[in-house]
Amino acid sequence: MATTTTATATGPGQLSKEEILRYSRHLIMPEVGMDGQQKLKQAKVLTIGAGGLGSPLALYLAAAGVGRLGMVDFDVVDFTNLQRQIIHGTDDVGRLKLDSAKDTIRDINPNVEVVGYGERLTSANALEIFKDYDVIADGTDNFPTRYLVNDACVLLGKPNAYGSIFRFEGQISVFDASRGPCYRCLYPEPPPPGLVPSCAEGGVLGVLPGIVGCFQALETIKLILGNGSPLIGRLLLFDALQMKFRELKLRKNPECPICGTNPTIKELIDYEEFCGIRGEEAVSQIAVPELTATEVKKMMDEKKPFVLIDVREPHEYQICKIPGSKLIPLGEVARRMHELNSADEIVVHCRSGQRSAEAVEFLMKAGFGKIHNLKGGVLAWSDEVDPTMPKY
Amino acid sequence: MAVKVVIPTPLRQFAGKQDSIEISAGTVAEALSGLTNQYSELRRHLFTDEGKLRSFVNVYLNDEDIRYLENDQTPLKDNDVISIVPSIAGGRPAPSFCR
Ligand SMILES: [Zn+2]
Repeated sequence: MATTTTATATGPGQLSKEEILRYSRHLIMPEVGMDGQQKLKQAKVLTIGAGGLGSPLALYLAAAGVGRLGMVDFDVVDFTNLQRQIIHGTDDVGRLKLDSAKDTIRDINPNVEVVGYGERLTSANALEIFKDYDVIADGTDNFPTRYLVNDACVLLGKPNAYGSIFRFEGQISVFDASRGPCYRCLYPEPPPPGLVPSCAEGGVLGVLPGIVGCFQALETIKLILGNGSPLIGRLLLFDALQMKFRELKLRKNPECPICGTNPTIKELIDYEEFCGIRGEEAVSQIAVPELTATEVKKMMDEKKPFVLIDVREPHEYQICKIPGSKLIPLGEVARRMHELNSADEIVVHCRSGQRSAEAVEFLMKAGFGKIHNLKGGVLAWSDEVDPTMPKY
Repeated sequence: MAVKVVIPTPLRQFAGKQDSIEISAGTVAEALSGLTNQYSELRRHLFTDEGKLRSFVNVYLNDEDIRYLENDQTPLKDNDVISIVPSIAGGRPAPSFCR
């Protein structure tokens, strides 16, 4: 399952002449020095994800001379990644992120042994993968994996250099249950999927994961060197728009289900179920009357009278729009329902068909009978009707 | 007491797009109920149907978690800062929520 890229090795921790030159700016500072650089060389760090946070993490850890860098990722590079996942380039689109990341790291520092795990991290493989590493750096973007990483780290007694991001806000900490709180001490449970911000609220400023991932790299290096004050027991909040940092105290919760005094979780569990993902999958498929993009185009061509409502956000409307559509963002549908006539034929669309299905369901309950969802939204419109329409 | 409540990015859409709100209250509970009275949509994001603070939302008074103070009965002083800190994940929504 693991593939290995090895480069020159000159005995455990010993630096070659080339490495001494390469790391000279570390070696001449007393906080690292030869001792510290040798610790880095002997260190094994596992990054979860080779995406937004994983990119700067892996790049800086490799450049700093971490001996072995494990990376867990099964994803493929796509165009929407390039705005922030700087370990990958335009030519890498379509390649496995692991392959692309390995090439970049090899170029930056061929002394680093890169171990790729091209599989989904699960309860079945996490402990086996983690056990050989000194520090785990969690750069995942979903709750099931985050709780899995936390629990595996607690069970194995490993520190977790943690970062997470949302739009322009970041959270950074080091969770080390042997010396302080874990992620569950902070948040015992994940948000139910329905309360996770909608598609329109997603997005991330590309520089933000760069900054947060660098903080994770920094904390990882401090843990390896045993130097400075790690972010254990502290949560750093970063608001990039306001350029404000705030630090909050994190305490170990004596009632924490995994690191408290009477833990109830003694082995890894089913994290998808814990995060309510399975049940939610069914709920998200709202059954409402649908029309395909091709059918809607035909209605337009045949000049059939109907009203086309776009429930995306105004900033999405600026990216692309279907001709003749009227913008009523999902959050305003209830308030602006009076602008619609229930006697009219109405077609509702969004980017992918999910938000518009919610709007159709809501309007049907409100008494709109002649209403359809445009299946697949503007993405389908681009595929089926107008290939010049940009996708995002 | 005049205090400031800091609203996190994901919840700003339910609080008139503001990043912080000045409020007058004697305890954390009063401050939060004042806030949710003003912005009713915030309520279901902060509290369960039983009125309990949700387990993925933490409330801090200055730099301390109110769970380690007197919870929502923690008294406030002028110029205190209350922070609402929910768990966040990624630049994209949770898997399978949006395709
Ligand atoms: Zn804990």
